[in-house]
Amino acid sequence: MNLITHDNLLTFLKSILDSGKEVFAPQRRADKIFFLPVSDVGSMVFDYIQTTVSPKELLFPKVEPMLSYQYDDGKVSVRDFAQELKPADRVLFGSRPCDALALKTLTEFFSRDMADAFVQQRQDDLTIISMSCTNSDENCFCTSVGAGPGDSTGSDILLTQIEYKQYIVECLTEKGKALIESKKELFKLTENISKEKYLAKVEPSFSHQEVTKRLAMAFDNPIWDEASLRCLGCGTCTYVCPVCSCFDIQDEGNNKNGERLRCWDSCGFALFTLHTSGHNPRPTQSTRWRQRVMHKFSYMPERYDLLGCVGCGRCSRACPADMNLKEELNELSHLAEETPQQIEAHQ
Amino acid sequence: MSLNNIYNPYLMRIEKVTDEAPGVKTFRLNFMDDSVRENFVFKAGQFGEYSVFGEGESTFCIASSPTRKDYIECTFREAGRVTSALAQREAGEVIGFRGPYGNIFPVENWKDKNLLFIAGGIALPPMRCVIWNALDQRDWFKDITVLYGARTVDDLVYKYELDEWGKRRDMKLVTTVDPGGETPEWQGKIGFVPTVLEQMQPSSANTIAIVCGPPVMIRFTFPVLEKFGFTPEMIYTTLENRMKCGVGKCGRCNVGPVYVCKDGPVFTYKELQKLPPEY
Repeated sequence: MNLITHDNLLTFLKSILDSGKEVFAPQRRADKIFFLPVSDVGSMVFDYIQTTVSPKELLFPKVEPMLSYQYDDGKVSVRDFAQELKPADRVLFGSRPCDALALKTLTEFFSRDMADAFVQQRQDDLTIISMSCTNSDENCFCTSVGAGPGDSTGSDILLTQIEYKQYIVECLTEKGKALIESKKELFKLTENISKEKYLAKVEPSFSHQEVTKRLAMAFDNPIWDEASLRCLGCGTCTYVCPVCSCFDIQDEGNNKNGERLRCWDSCGFALFTLHTSGHNPRPTQSTRWRQRVMHKFSYMPERYDLLGCVGCGRCSRACPADMNLKEELNELSHLAEETPQQIEAHQ
Repeated sequence: MSLNNIYNPYLMRIEKVTDEAPGVKTFRLNFMDDSVRENFVFKAGQFGEYSVFGEGESTFCIASSPTRKDYIECTFREAGRVTSALAQREAGEVIGFRGPYGNIFPVENWKDKNLLFIAGGIALPPMRCVIWNALDQRDWFKDITVLYGARTVDDLVYKYELDEWGKRRDMKLVTTVDPGGETPEWQGKIGFVPTVLEQMQPSSANTIAIVCGPPVMIRFTFPVLEKFGFTPEMIYTTLENRMKCGVGKCGRCNVGPVYVCKDGPVFTYKELQKLPPEY
């Protein structure tokens, strides 16, 4: 097992930067913390519980040009941007274990059936150095959804802070090994230390298996109307979520040239499902909120054996109407197992 | 490493434009790339993403039959941004096409059965593919019946083919228009599709019913079919949820555990009964 001191860690990151790689790490902008490209390791922050926005942009950017077109004398030519994806050495530093799990889920989702070249290439190019959580807040619920503050899933290297400004270093993949080997002298071999006592205590709040089980019968439950009453349909929860992957495809340009873009979208928006005819299969905020929860906790597990949530709590922290996913899931996990007919009979 | 961009369309030249009805056009399209044309195969029921560069993509079925090689056809109504831009294209111009996507009508499983097609309005195109597929392999099937209705006589699409189908002796065509939509010369029925279907007293024996139309037509047609003994697994339809990617990623057409673009668009009524009513 290896240890690294805080000072050596900064030296390590600086050496990664100096080798020409791009490093993305938590940095403060106004009162919020984002994963941003690092130019000076001194600007990185370490005293955060969770960044405001997730690191999913590193695999799945907010706006991604997929091709460009050009008309010349009535002839159209198309440039395929997937052919121009260049291998880029990128390092994500400071992601939480829940983020690393989310990036893994995202990659699995996009590589199923017809693989998405853009996400795949970025995943291949990315080395993930995560930091175990030594602190948590009331919105965290990783331990309720099969993750945990020291979970190593999805990370290439996992660091856990211990006493005397030192970190336990877990090297988990070949990618992680390559990075450590490049500056081996900064790491100190030591006897095995258990990280458990240093980790944040995140008490499990509900069982996600129970939620999935109850949701199978909950489609017609009135709970959705009540839960979504405050929902503004603003899409903030989707925007900050590390797993949400729905997108729109739009052209931007004119009759001479332009680009076809993929942009983040949200099932919380009425326009998401609106037909041209005016018919909308999910016409109310209640049906859209139900879709969000159902998709993450019922449809994704059933269809892909993936859970659409890692318990990072960002949606609850960011919601302007103070909706709290953890509380709602807790309630759902205790929902009576009733059929819609039985519920109707009660009303 | 060469990466396959699943969102990059084939380029297709518009070979022919046919005006079908007010605001409704059919494009016959040819692949610009010879190797794509030679290798392109699809089956009845599949769809594609058609695009005007600069305006975006729109989803429609492939309306021509897989038995007709060398070209594909699509029929669309001018309604939104993309279809309005498409409607302004002329023969010789180039558009984008991605596909074929989605599942198929299991035509091969319907051998030796009677086929009853029921279509309303602009929903004949998804069915036309199967109808021609069946007519081109006529000896596979027993009776073929097509019931097609539109709001007005003007709104009926593929009028030239309806004439042809009406004259054929190896199939039966019933056309109808909504009350008030008829003209003095109109020879067909007058009435809504479910009503006319009931008057036809369709036999469910050894018969597959394929239903496409606006949601309201479908809602009133299924009970009529059930009344005449059609079981939910004998009834097929195709869903038209809004889509963007067509390959199960953008999330838009998700209904329950199903993605209409991958698991559909063709579903039996029995399969629909298991889904939440979000289509």
